[in-house]
Amino acid sequence: MAMSGLIKAIALALILVASVCAQAIEIVISEGWDSPTKIAVVPFGGPPLRDRPGPVPPLNVADIVSFDLMRSGQFDALPSDNMLSLPTTSEEVFFRDWRILGMDYVVIGRAELAPDDRVAVTYSLFDVNSEREIKSTTWTAGTAQLRDIGHWIADEVYEQLTGVRGAFATKIVYVLVENPGTPYASYRLTVADADGERERVVYQSNEPILSPSWSPDGRRLAYVSFETGRSTIVVQEIDTGVRRRVAEYRGINGAPAFSPDGNRLAMSLSRDGNSEIYIKDLTTGELRRVTRRPSAIDTEPSWGPNGDSIIFTSDRGGQPQIYRLDLATSLPERLTFEGDYNARPRLLPNGRHLVYIHRRNRVYHIAWQDLERDVVRVLTETSLDESPSLAPNGMMMIYATQVQGRGILAVVSVDSRVKYNLPSAVGDVREPAWSPFLTVDAQTLAARAAMAR
Amino acid sequence: MRPAFRTLIVAIVAGAVLSACQSPPEPVVVEPVVEPEVVRPAPAAEPTPPPRVDGDGNPVDASGQPLGRTFYFEFDQARLSERDLRVLAMHAEYLRDFRNRRVLIEGHCDERGSREYNLALGQRRGQAVQRYLATAGVRASQIEIVSFGEERPADAGHDESAWSKNRRAVMAYR
Repeated sequence: MAMSGLIKAIALALILVASVCAQAIEIVISEGWDSPTKIAVVPFGGPPLRDRPGPVPPLNVADIVSFDLMRSGQFDALPSDNMLSLPTTSEEVFFRDWRILGMDYVVIGRAELAPDDRVAVTYSLFDVNSEREIKSTTWTAGTAQLRDIGHWIADEVYEQLTGVRGAFATKIVYVLVENPGTPYASYRLTVADADGERERVVYQSNEPILSPSWSPDGRRLAYVSFETGRSTIVVQEIDTGVRRRVAEYRGINGAPAFSPDGNRLAMSLSRDGNSEIYIKDLTTGELRRVTRRPSAIDTEPSWGPNGDSIIFTSDRGGQPQIYRLDLATSLPERLTFEGDYNARPRLLPNGRHLVYIHRRNRVYHIAWQDLERDVVRVLTETSLDESPSLAPNGMMMIYATQVQGRGILAVVSVDSRVKYNLPSAVGDVREPAWSPFLTVDAQTLAARAAMAR
Repeated sequence: MRPAFRTLIVAIVAGAVLSACQSPPEPVVVEPVVEPEVVRPAPAAEPTPPPRVDGDGNPVDASGQPLGRTFYFEFDQARLSERDLRVLAMHAEYLRDFRNRRVLIEGHCDERGSREYNLALGQRRGQAVQRYLATAGVRASQIEIVSFGEERPADAGHDESAWSKNRRAVMAYR
């Protein structure tokens, strides 16, 4: 971390004990004029709750909420040790206590056991200055979903206070590689919560897996697997594990991306000679070729918001650059002009923000581009950065990088103000992709599937 | 006036992130993982190998050394060197003489840049070898290409020395 006379460092340690198996995440926040919003998430009242069977420590939903808000970089959550009181009902909230501590907002909550191993968690958000309750909701779910409840509350609080939809109750998918670069390499396609918790392997192979991509409803993944000895594209239902090979053409089968309606898959195939972009209808199997550049590499398609355009990487100009193709007119338009290597674009559902791999001074970083204002910003300071993927609200980006020769995942806010690495215990972690917003229903299914195993 | 930057370092000891110490969950394997056939130069079954062929039926040069089968490339390039073309000419001659022999050409890249672009670049490297052999009279049915992109490095290092070994096309007789 760069230090200069202008920059002073304040180190503050906050201990959130969330499980026995604790690990450290260092969140580095560099800020300019704006200071983060001060919030106190008071430990929730009610009986001790555990989100899984066995001798695991109880899980306080407040810890999940606090940790989510902290990771956004927009909130500074007060450690519970520093709280003057621990209210669990609105009658117990004395605003003076919180004003003394300099808090802007307070969240309190309470859990009650409900029949059928369910739990009802009620939380309330208070504005300390106006001494008003802003929001209060009760969430009822299975105890296995305590973490989901925490993320749902964090999403509501975040949206209430920032005006932007929260993306804490989302998932990430990535490829975990043990013994990378050896003949004994093993590849695990893994789905986890956006905070890295509740990791679940959904497919495992001794052959490479790459380019996982989410369906818009968050229920299916498309990815490239070398399970047949060469590249093939597989679509897998996450909850049932049902897999289908949807592209096994001659040559390469790569870079799958679901259309916004989830019915089609854009991909890069070399069946006609060189790499071109195709769109496959997943219902009819019909294949449509959309690029025609016999000598160029056209790959890494990403859909425009209405499914009417494709953004992709092409070296048709001599070096990899990013282009947009209007599917109605087939007219390509070049989007990147800074640097001699720009690749792997990912467009946000808003159709406006783009992230991609960008080489500058021979080092590979991730750049963020606002297509409407034509602003380009380099977001990362590490090297060999790849596979950028944006959270569905566009506020944070996850990417793969290398630290001491090992692949890890890192997260950075699109204003580059907050950064953290997701630690991993073994091997290389690579190819992250952030899920779309998930409906509560989809999350319930995912939790059930996890419990059933 | 420049904004006074503050830096906050918040160390959070949080719950098991990316599987710390818990044992990894059982994977949901729906189809059995089919072990793909590993492609290796199969011992040839030529009845009487001519002099340009070694004991395994594979091509050798004038001094009896096996012909080079790995061809290296510059960054983001798929151009073969003059020296490689001379070696490929000998492979082509052999493949013209033995129409029952087939080659698998693997295309590989170094780890820099995106994986999918590298998958396409590996294919392009394989095709550079294929195109030369085809021009020299080898039948299309004798040649197969598979690109591994950056997924199968020859050297797992992260420097130019490793990268230069990884940007390659490898021929395997089968």
